[in-house]
Amino acid sequence: MLKYLFNFIIFPGFLFTAAVGLVASWIDRKVTARIQWRVGPPWYQPLADLVKLSIKEIMIPRDSYKPAFLISPLIGLSAVILASTFVWLPNLELAKTGFTGDIIVIIYLLTLPAIAIILGASASGNPLASLGVSREIKLILAYELPFIICLLVPIIKSNGLLRLGELVVYQRMNGSFISSPSGILAILVAIFCMQAKLGLVPFDVSEAETEIMAGTHIEYSGILLAVLKLTRFMMMVVVPVFLTTVFWGGFSVWKYVVLLVIIILMRNTNPRLRIDQAVRFFWGKMAAIAVIAVLLSVLGE
Amino acid sequence: MANKIIPIGPYHPLQEEPEFFRLHVDGEKVVDMDIELGYNHRVIEKISESKSYDQVTFLVERICGICSTSHPFAYTNAIDDLLGITVPERALYIRTVIGELERIHSHLLWLGLAGHFLGYNTVWMWAWRYREPILDIFERVSGNRNHYAMFKPGGIRRDMHEEDFPWIKKTLKDLIPKFDMFKGAVMDDPVIRARTEGIGVLTKEDIHDYSALGPTARASGVSIDVRKDEPYAAYDKVEWKVITHEGGGVFAKLLVRVLELYESADIIIQCLDKMPKGDIDCGIKDMPIGEGIGRHEAPRGEVFHYISSDGGNSPARHKIRAPSFMNIFSNKKAVIGETISDATIILAAVDPCYCCTERMAVVDYKSGKRIMDGQDLIRLSQEKTERMRK
Repeated sequence: MLKYLFNFIIFPGFLFTAAVGLVASWIDRKVTARIQWRVGPPWYQPLADLVKLSIKEIMIPRDSYKPAFLISPLIGLSAVILASTFVWLPNLELAKTGFTGDIIVIIYLLTLPAIAIILGASASGNPLASLGVSREIKLILAYELPFIICLLVPIIKSNGLLRLGELVVYQRMNGSFISSPSGILAILVAIFCMQAKLGLVPFDVSEAETEIMAGTHIEYSGILLAVLKLTRFMMMVVVPVFLTTVFWGGFSVWKYVVLLVIIILMRNTNPRLRIDQAVRFFWGKMAAIAVIAVLLSVLGE
Repeated sequence: MANKIIPIGPYHPLQEEPEFFRLHVDGEKVVDMDIELGYNHRVIEKISESKSYDQVTFLVERICGICSTSHPFAYTNAIDDLLGITVPERALYIRTVIGELERIHSHLLWLGLAGHFLGYNTVWMWAWRYREPILDIFERVSGNRNHYAMFKPGGIRRDMHEEDFPWIKKTLKDLIPKFDMFKGAVMDDPVIRARTEGIGVLTKEDIHDYSALGPTARASGVSIDVRKDEPYAAYDKVEWKVITHEGGGVFAKLLVRVLELYESADIIIQCLDKMPKGDIDCGIKDMPIGEGIGRHEAPRGEVFHYISSDGGNSPARHKIRAPSFMNIFSNKKAVIGETISDATIILAAVDPCYCCTERMAVVDYKSGKRIMDGQDLIRLSQEKTERMRK
């Protein structure tokens, strides 16, 4: 019991993932700044931001439904902590941890932060937030379809292993899935879905600053905003690590850095898509590629 | 279901100046829009009546921070027209150089902002970085990066030095590959194209209906440009062409502005090559009674200045019309029917400049009803002009 609590709160759950997330967010900001001919912030800037936010006053809109407004950032945070624990452990202790079907639980947990922000933003009663919510809902519907289809590829290729630890062991013995055509196609789709899950350009429609002024986040302030930001930072660790675990034979630092660089480059070389374009992109091209990947994996490619 | 109202302004991250667009939306679709300006009335025209003619040059320079030479340019044109004088050739060339340098810096600034509004911050930062050499040229020529104070009635205030010309030409030629990069980004990037092509389309008829000006009109295939239609300064002495595009949408506006960068650079280089030696000022002594009209093709369209002189030391009436005043209202046509995501870039695509264009509105604060609108103010203004003429 104590060990689980330790895993959940300190390592590799909350504190560890949060620390890595802060570093990842700093790398993102620094590299972005260098790409844009700016200097960029010092390494402690994300932490300083969170500390500053957490000592600020919390404004709660008068028209909001307060319980949902207050609790939803915490739902998102706890979901991502749980997901991080589930994702890290198989990489550290292999097949001994987890349970059959934990990959499905992780898919659900990774969707929860978005659901939570939908809940909180709709509770805030702000018209711009409600626009953000409608966009976020459409975006979830858009990217979850190809994401789930492409996650079928490793399951099919490993003859139906539904346990993250076993998938890692299988890949260590038989070579990682991305050495096959179907695996490459699947991780390609998964990377685009990851960008949407992280809410980064070109898929940051739900909080488009110049359109709807941070949309879903507009009414959040103080420590609640800090929690939302922390959730975002941690997602930036959990989702790439999940992808390396499932497709790429387990976590290693360089694989994570490669994915992080892809995220940063994609977000700096694209304008924001319109929501209808994003939906068309995921349901059209991405879903098609994901289906092709599944077919290939059935054929054993 | 009642339509929801999405406010853009008066304070909004989209545009830094105070303006208010009230978007009536049905889901994501904009079904109606109210435009409200008038948050920042600065009484420039009235102040102008209490300044001497030389001082007014500096006053009108402060109308706009971005196109800070457009207003002095039109104002000095108006004074030259009033006096009927011939400005020294060299001064005309230097005016042209400054005017075109400003067009490059203004278009690059807008290009960056357009990138920002599309969520493409890299374009923003890069465009502004390549705007920096232009500001360096300004600093070398005039000592200032932004308000150059180069103009005066009857000439210019500072000469340009021949030994700077090779450096200026080199700086401009080094910028051409950067323009190519932006042109490539606009024309070839599928995502930028998807976001800008075919949205906010204004037809030629719309342009005529709203009397839109500058790149907004040229992007709809209306070839309107004061520099060509009624040449002033040195624009008839150099080779260049008016850029037009038939598209009418945001993409066409992007493309027209990017292509105008090349023309401007070309005009500057030609002017530097052809620039004669000689006086830069014709030394105006007295102001006669009379009227003068000055026009200048600012980066956003035609700037119009009217000066009425009663023979005194300051203008009796100074009327200014900035291009954004005409362009902003064409948004109403362009935005309705599009989505909110597109509305932001469409609103920005006319390159609005509110500080140039702010006009007054009289509102009863109890009922919130407008007592006077633009028409009333025009009538008042005409009556006052009539009174002064007597």
